[in-house]
Amino acid sequence: MRKSWQVIWPPLVTFVLLHILWEEIVRRLGVPAWKVPAPSDIFRAAVDRWGDLLTATAHTSTAALLGFGLSVLVGLIVGIALSSMKWIERAFYPFTVFLQTVPLVAIAPLLVLWLGYGLASVTVSAFIVSLFPVIANTLAGMRSVDPGLRDLFRLYGAGPIRTLFRLKLPAALPNVFTGLRIASGLAVIGAVVGEFVAGTFDQQGLGLLVQSASRNLQTPLVFAAVAAASLLGLALFAIVNFSGYWMLRRWHASART
Amino acid sequence: MTEPVQIGGGAPAVSLRGITRRFEGGVLTLENLNLSVQAGEFLAILGPSGCGKSTLLRLVAGLDHPNSGEVHVGSREMPSRGGIAYVFQDPHLMPWRNVIDNVALPLELRGESKSRRRESAKAAIEKVGLADASRRYPNQLSGGMKMRVSLARALVTEPELLLMDEPFGSLDELTRQMLDEQLYALWQERRMTVLFVTHTVHEAVFLSSRAIVMSRRPGRIVLNHQSDLPEMRGAWIRTEPVFMQECRVLYKALEWGSA
Repeated sequence: MRKSWQVIWPPLVTFVLLHILWEEIVRRLGVPAWKVPAPSDIFRAAVDRWGDLLTATAHTSTAALLGFGLSVLVGLIVGIALSSMKWIERAFYPFTVFLQTVPLVAIAPLLVLWLGYGLASVTVSAFIVSLFPVIANTLAGMRSVDPGLRDLFRLYGAGPIRTLFRLKLPAALPNVFTGLRIASGLAVIGAVVGEFVAGTFDQQGLGLLVQSASRNLQTPLVFAAVAAASLLGLALFAIVNFSGYWMLRRWHASART
Repeated sequence: MTEPVQIGGGAPAVSLRGITRRFEGGVLTLENLNLSVQAGEFLAILGPSGCGKSTLLRLVAGLDHPNSGEVHVGSREMPSRGGIAYVFQDPHLMPWRNVIDNVALPLELRGESKSRRRESAKAAIEKVGLADASRRYPNQLSGGMKMRVSLARALVTEPELLLMDEPFGSLDELTRQMLDEQLYALWQERRMTVLFVTHTVHEAVFLSSRAIVMSRRPGRIVLNHQSDLPEMRGAWIRTEPVFMQECRVLYKALEWGSA
């Protein structure tokens, strides 16, 4: 108990001090709230538009979670497929790197063209940005299998399916979770950016809320929505992190503190 | 079909004929090697590092294949590769499994029932003296304990042929001697065929019923020596004159082979 408190209070104090400083500077210099709002303005906006923020967060998290889920599923399957045969890896891996370099904002209009405005496009946008880290880390994990254990499986005549489920996947798990941690944050970013282009007002997510609020010079609401998006990313990261800790706690160094 | 070359009577458990192994890049590791091992022998294989001792074991296990020559494993007493177990230089345990599940792995891969697996694994763990640690994970074990787990995993299938590649090489002297004594007792009890690669003369003398010494690469057999030690052995034998005499024979051959 005391230990977790020791972890929590230093950043908490920093957080409070920084906000006091911010509040003071904005007030002293008389910066207008539509340019840089003080923390108190943001807090008031968040309270006033509580309902809007909450439904927007719900819509964004739906798309982010669906996109992330797709990434996990597709990323694992692709990672396993790439690692199963040398020639498959040679032929296809270079193209998966495109996923990382593709400018999402530029292809989002294409998604709208194919899937229309709304949840589907936003979900696919979250999926595209969060896919690569899952593939790359799964592949790295499958490659790092202890060669002695591989020999042992061969000696005892284990087939490819058994070797996959009893050896390669468990051995890759620490790497897979590294990929999932990165992907969880990216999925939220992908969803918010997707909403900029493909969002609809009847299912208004955080991305669209940021856009409309800034157009109306409701800058405090923009800040509140950005904070909500960050918290959403943090929450998803925490869930993934905790599941990783739970599954690896017995044997992997990453789960020991 | 020609009969494999035999040394002594009985059918050989392992026979290698005219084995040459050249690795990519042209390194000639083994050249025209002939070796025959009888069922129930404890054969120690000594030689300078890089002389192809490990390659020899991998060939017997079927994990590697020669460029030319023939490898035969099996006899009337030992019908096939199914009865082979391998103990590597390092323990190579699965870090995500506890001791009992690590030891049960070979049975699992053979598709045996869960209750049978548990029972056999427990018995093997007891044999190597780790009964108290069966629920622990590899990261909670010392180096010597990990090696015991690795040994139990090899013994769990009750193998007819046990291949050991410097299994205790990374352990301290005392732990190694203790494990040597336990291994010897296990061999006396079960009489499986053992091929034991080591770079330690004392260990080879203590364990083996026969020792071969290999030359530097490409590995050839420079000495084939039947042990003069009595069958009954224990820690005490290490200080007997006959033990020293045996060591001298092997040291000389090693020196000669490394020259």
